[in-house]
Order: sequence, then C-alpha cells, then structure tokens
Amino acid sequence: MSYTTAPYSAEPSAPRADTILEMRSITKTFPGVVALQDVSLDVRKGEIHAICGENGAGKSTLMKVLSGVYPHGTYDGEIVFEGRSVDFRNIRDSEHHGIVIIHQELALSPYLSIAENIFLGNERSSRGVIDWNKTNADAASLLAEVGLRDKPETRIYDIGVGKQQLVEIAKALSKEVKLLILDEPTAALNDEDSAHLLELIEVLRQRGITSIIISHKLAEIISIADRTTVIRDGRTIRTYDMKAEKVTEEDLIRSMVGREMGSRFPKRNPNIGSEVLRIEDWTVHHPIQQDRKVVDGASITVRRGEVVGLAGLMGAGRTEFAMSVFGRAYGTRISGRVIKDGIDVTPHSVGEAIDAGLAYATEDRKRYGLNLLADIKRNVAAASLKKISSYGVVDSGAEAKVGERYRQELNIKAPNVDVVTGNLSGGNQQKVVLSKWIFTDADVLILDEPTRGIDVGAKYEIYTIINDLASAGKAIIMISSELPELLGMCDRIYAISEGRVTGEVPRDQATEETLMRYMTMENDSDQEVTR
Amino acid sequence: MSTVKQMLGGNIRQYGIVGALFAIVVLFEIMTDGKLLLPNNVASLIQQNAYVMILAAGMVIVIIAGHIDLSVGSIVGFVGGVVAIMMQHWGWPWWLAILSGLVLGSIVGMWQGFWVAYVGVPAFIVTLAGWLAFRGLAILLVGVTVSIGTQPQFVAISNGSIANFLGYVANRDVVTLVLGALVIALLVFTQLRARRVMRSHGLDVEPAIAVWVRLVVLSALVAFFAWTLAGSRGGTPIVLLIVGLVVVVYSFVTQRTVFGRNVYAMGGNLQGAILSGVNTKKMNFFIFVNIGVLASIAAVVTTSKAGAAVGTAGTLYELDAIAACFIGGTSVSGGIGRISGVMVGALIMGVLNIGLSIMQVDAAWQQVLKGLVLLVAVAFDLTAKRRAGTR
Repeated sequence: MSYTTAPYSAEPSAPRADTILEMRSITKTFPGVVALQDVSLDVRKGEIHAICGENGAGKSTLMKVLSGVYPHGTYDGEIVFEGRSVDFRNIRDSEHHGIVIIHQELALSPYLSIAENIFLGNERSSRGVIDWNKTNADAASLLAEVGLRDKPETRIYDIGVGKQQLVEIAKALSKEVKLLILDEPTAALNDEDSAHLLELIEVLRQRGITSIIISHKLAEIISIADRTTVIRDGRTIRTYDMKAEKVTEEDLIRSMVGREMGSRFPKRNPNIGSEVLRIEDWTVHHPIQQDRKVVDGASITVRRGEVVGLAGLMGAGRTEFAMSVFGRAYGTRISGRVIKDGIDVTPHSVGEAIDAGLAYATEDRKRYGLNLLADIKRNVAAASLKKISSYGVVDSGAEAKVGERYRQELNIKAPNVDVVTGNLSGGNQQKVVLSKWIFTDADVLILDEPTRGIDVGAKYEIYTIINDLASAGKAIIMISSELPELLGMCDRIYAISEGRVTGEVPRDQATEETLMRYMTMENDSDQEVTR
Repeated sequence: MSTVKQMLGGNIRQYGIVGALFAIVVLFEIMTDGKLLLPNNVASLIQQNAYVMILAAGMVIVIIAGHIDLSVGSIVGFVGGVVAIMMQHWGWPWWLAILSGLVLGSIVGMWQGFWVAYVGVPAFIVTLAGWLAFRGLAILLVGVTVSIGTQPQFVAISNGSIANFLGYVANRDVVTLVLGALVIALLVFTQLRARRVMRSHGLDVEPAIAVWVRLVVLSALVAFFAWTLAGSRGGTPIVLLIVGLVVVVYSFVTQRTVFGRNVYAMGGNLQGAILSGVNTKKMNFFIFVNIGVLASIAAVVTTSKAGAAVGTAGTLYELDAIAACFIGGTSVSGGIGRISGVMVGALIMGVLNIGLSIMQVDAAWQQVLKGLVLLVAVAFDLTAKRRAGTR
C-alpha cells in the first residue's frame, strides 16, 4: 500500500464493550475482479459512522455484504453483530436483526400510500385481512417521529424526494431498526431537505439508533460523523475519529485517492488543432421534478485532436449533460447553445445531433447502446443507414463490408459479423458501440464511461482506439468515474459538481487531489475557481 | 453439428417451423385419405387463407416494433363495407372503389398512428378502441349485407383464376406451370446473386453445396405446388398473385430497407434506437398507416370472397393474424420475426382449418385445436431459445 498509516488511526482494535457491529477481513470477489479485500469495519453503538471513497471503491459492495444482498457464503470473512457472529442469507434476515439499508434509488411503490409503503411486506393484518385503522394510526405515529406532517393516506407519487427519504426512514423504524445504513441519502435532496435529514439522523442517534452513512459530500460528513472510514480500491485505508482530531476535507480526499499510476495507458503525442465544439451556458432540468436543475450553466470547449475529460461524482450530472447536448435525449427545459466550427448547431433531436457531427456512446451499453438481438453488422450500421442506402433501400453488401472492416480494425473478437451482439463479452460489445459511432464519421465523440465493466486487457485496447481517433483529428469528450483513467488519457479535464462546471484543469496540472476538490465543491461555496 | 447448421443457412428455428408445417401436412394427408393435397383443396386453401397472410405481413411489423394491433378485423369489415357501397350504391367502377378503399385504409392507419405516435397512447388501447369503433361503423354503414353480385370482376379477385390462354399439358394448366417455373428461376437467380455480391465484397459466404441443397429442396417444393395447383379447377387463383406480391414486397421491406432496419432496431432496444437517431414517432405513425393499407387489401379480398359486404365481416381476423405471427416465431416482446416465418405460421393455421373441415370436425373443436397449437408453438419456441441460451 502506498499510503502509510498515520499514528492516530484506529488500529484493528480488540472489540470494545460498546461495539455493535464488527466486520472482520471481508473479501468479496466477482469473476475477474476483487471488489473487497480484507476489509474490516467496526461501528460503535449509538454513533454515526461515515464511509467514504471514490466511485467503485467498494462502499456499496461492503454494505450489500452487510445487509445480506450478497448472502453468507459468497464472501470470506466474519460479521459480528451485537456480540454474535451472524450469517445473513438475504435482506429479510438482516432486517430481523435490526439492520436496515436505505438505497440511493428509493425503493418505494409510487402509487401506494405512505402507510402502505411503510408496512409493505410487514402488513398490519389479522389472518390476511389488513387492519386499515391500525395501519394508518401506526403510520401516523411513525411519521410524527421522523417529522413528516403529511397524511398516511397520501400517495408517494405526490410527495417530493426529501419526504420520500423520510418515509423510508419511518419504514425502517417500523422494523425496529438498530443499525440504519443510508447510501448517499442527500444526493438527490436540496439543501433544506438535506439539513432536515441530517438533523433527523442526529435525533435518532440520541434515541440509540446507530447509523452508517455513505456520502460523497465531505462537508456533510465532517459536520455529522463521529467516525469516518475511508475505503479505496476495495481496502480499508483508515478510520478517523472525527471528534478526537481535527479532520479536514483535504485529509479525507488524500486518503480517498492516494494511489499509484502505472503505465496502464498507451502513449499519445497530442496534436491539438482549432476549436471544434463550444457548449455555452447549458442548463437542463430534471424530466420529472421540473424545477430541479440537473445541469446548471455549464460551458465547455473541445478542440480537434484533443481528449477532454469530464470528471464528477455519481449524480453530478455528467451523463445528463452529455445526453441533453446529444439532441435532447435527456431532460426538459433545456437552454444553452452548441456551437460547432463557429456555427450554432444546437440540436433538437438525436437525428440533428448526428447530422451536426456529434456522437454519444452511452455508459449503459445494454440499455441504450446496442440492439442485443441483432448482429454486429446491423448494430454498426444502425446510426448511419443513410450512408449505406439509396432511396431507402439498404445495400446489405456494403453493410456487411463495413461491419467486417470494423471487426478487423477494432479487433472485435467474433468469428464473423453475423454474431448476435448479445453473445459478445462486455469489451467486445463496447467495441461494437464505438464502431457504430466511428462509422457515423462524427467530428466530436462523447464517450460516456467507455471502459465500464470491461477487463483490463480490453480497457487498454479501448484506450488505444481513443488515442487513434484523437490522432486522426477527432475531438473526444471522455466521461469517467475513474480519475486515474482521466489523468492518463486526457489533455484537459473539467470537473463537474452538482450540475455545474467547478473547475478546468490542464493535463500537466491535474492531480487526483485537485480534481477531487473541485468535484466535491458545493454549490454555495465561495471558493475561487482557478482557470 | 455446426456444418449441418451451416447447410441449413444458420437459422434452425425457421426450419423447425417448416418441419412442423410439413408434419401437419403429412398428418392430415393421411387422416383425410389423401384429400388434403387434392388440387382443388390446395386452391381453396389459398383462397380461404389469403386474408391471414396479408394481415400477418402488416401485423408482424407492428409486433416486431413492440406494439400490437387488435383493430384489423374491424377495419376489414369497415373498409369492405365502404368499398361495396361505393360500387353498389354510388355506381363507382370496381377499380376506383378498390383504390378508394386503399386510401381509406391509409386514413384509418393515420388516425391510429397519430394516437400511438404523437399522443403516446399505447397501441393496445388505441387499437382496442379501433376494434370497437370500426366494427360499429361497419355495422352502421352496411346493416346486414350489401350484395356485390353485379360486379363480376370484383368477385373474381378471390374466387376466380388467371385465364388459361396457354392451354393444357397432361391435363395441367400451362399458365400455372409457367408461373411456377418463373418463381424457381427467380429463386435461383436471387440466391446466387446474393452470394456473388457477398463474395465480391470479400466476405465469407456459405459453402456452395449448402446453397444448392437449399435451392433444390425449395425448387422441388415450388414445382410440386405448381404442378398440384395446375390440376385444380381454374389453375392459379388470382388472389395467390396478390399474396405473392405482398410476401415479396414485405420480405424486401423488412430485410432490405431503412424502414425495416429501424423497425427491428426499435423492437430490439427502443432507447438504443432513439439514441441512434431513429425518428421513432414517424416510424410508429407509418407502421400503422402500413397495416391500415394491408387491412384494406384484406378487406377487398374478404368482400370479394363472400360476394357481399357483411357488417360482421372480419370478426376475429386480428387474432388469426396475431396467431400466425407468434406461431411463425415472432417474439412477443418485439425485435424478432420474419415474413417467411409468419407465412409458414399462416399456412399451419390454414392447413389446420381446411384439414379439419375436410374431416368434418365441429367448428368449436377446431377452435380448441388451433388454440392448443398456438400455445404449443410458442412454448416450443421459448424453450428452444432458453436452451440455446440466447435470452
């Protein structure tokens, strides 16, 4: 490990009398990936324990192990809860012991009432018949506890995300929760709702309920947590005692990133030309909560032959930014201008975006990128049928030829282009997606998490393809959650936080620490952005 | 095993359905003491099932795109009624009435397409409403029946045959034999040309032997069919030309056009299609215009067959067309399906119909059997896919 343990860090100490949870040497592997390696965590009764780390560090995996989403036997190590070793087979099991997890994506049923949601799977009933009076009365008293004044009969659909979060907590209370796990509880909340939620967690603590909070918002962690455990690359880095020492955001950031970079990235000699794309003052609202700004006045530029990175934490609005630029494929009430080669081309449909020379390769290949039922050649041609057809008739010979060309150029591992893409590995599927967009002959390619979920060897190949595109004069906008990837690939990196561009860093000045500082910068902070 | 697959042209599933059709034909040939394949029965098999094949060609596009159309039977009744009224009450010539019928069908399609594409009402709802409304309109307009007995050319569409101007050889209609030979020639030409084009692009092609085996088998089938039909009362039914044209045109549309590609893209991954620049609203609109036109062709065929417009004409036709699609291997969730498979599905239904009728099985029992065949066909399809591990 490159980071040396500071003298005041909590040693893997002997269990103390007030320890409620101890996770010992948890190791969890997925095919080809070690997600958690020898992770230990101890949580004291009645404390608020924060867990932080980069995207993909293993925080959520650890919580899934704890809550039984990954059942006993699929991981190594031991979980001790209230002094006894436990082995949960599923979520119900862990809930029986009083461990309740509230996920980032809330799991409420929108068309049922608050009361029905609170007691979902745990109905107030006798012999299968629901006792509505008891349901609503019990719900009302739980709602009072979490400080929600809406009626129990109100539909979830009709209340905001902040209140929904409170309903989730009320639901947890109904299960007699002892340990409450909150995964990014304030990510989707405005400041007021966030403050209310954090207050509530404090109130619950005074009533003896222990909480684990996973959060990217470092200021929040510093203000509320008693102790904080930092996880990086599937390992526990250290646990800070927030009350005993003065811990700053800088300290946390340094623990979260400090990692060495190898030669995982192919070399490229940047040959950067004139500006090709400029996005000005781009603002996008959430498609359902229409008064929420997902992207807020973002402006970026890209030049020919340049690889520009977009860094941001989960929920920062990177994908939403890219998709809304790509012909309004996301969001409502979109404003701003897209200027290409000095001409305003602001596209209003995906077709217009493609015609303007933009391409967007999605982060979610299976949902948005490929027709998994169709073969390689048809997927490659899907966005450029105009190029290989005349009067609406497709030249299938040309189509097969194009598919074959990219199969060879991008080294798609399949015997021929008639292989259905659903049967390819992740890396090869990604190459098909890239082929599709390269074939559109776009000048600007937006690549959203181009290496997500693919193995190391294939990643190197994808990097090589990106470099080749840049060398050929294409402008690349690369979105990635992995900072080392951005640092290794990009000529310039924009940091995005809460929908705003909070920083712009050229390659030679970029470090994980500076990026992380911009990425965690909050909306109302007065910090000066250095350009 | 892989070479066998290659020999068959890669798509085992298609051949499974053809095998099922073959088995059913043999079964009924035996059970009806050889009556099933008598020339006149083969001719009426086509005349009685033309509407299913025409409707199924539109329906399969709708289903591949991820929708469903419940209204086609009612549109058949409605358009058929209007066409009959044009000829009988307004004195329009038969060809003008047919053309107007096609225009009316496209307007009906625009109406439904508008709601699906631009308002976003699910096709199930839109066409359920159409199923009710167009049936109502049909009964209002037609009453019980409007006879078209005074229009011999119109009646001939579904009941007549192509004039025999070439005489007979061995008591077989020469026109039919010539048509059969033309189809075989066309088959050989297109298959070999496709292979040559592929090769000229430097792509792998299937082994020559596989192509020739397939051509010989298909040609033998066409030859047998033409020979049988040539011995029927009139030779080639006129409606067979219409069905043949529909099959050729729609095979081309689905496999070779941008429109066809986009239909498959939408059904396979709607979001993916949108992000590839497919104008899905426009596509949805035209998918329904298309099936509206095909439903009006089916209306002409149906009205002609009956010799009269009937208010309840076309009842349950939508279910015949949907069943043909699913028996023919179309995926319930969209994205997969072929015209050829669907035509085989329609033939399976048709052979069941006529075979059971020859055996004088009660109509109610016929329904029970057809229901079971539909169920077994789709169940077979799903288990085969699961075993192949593609889904």
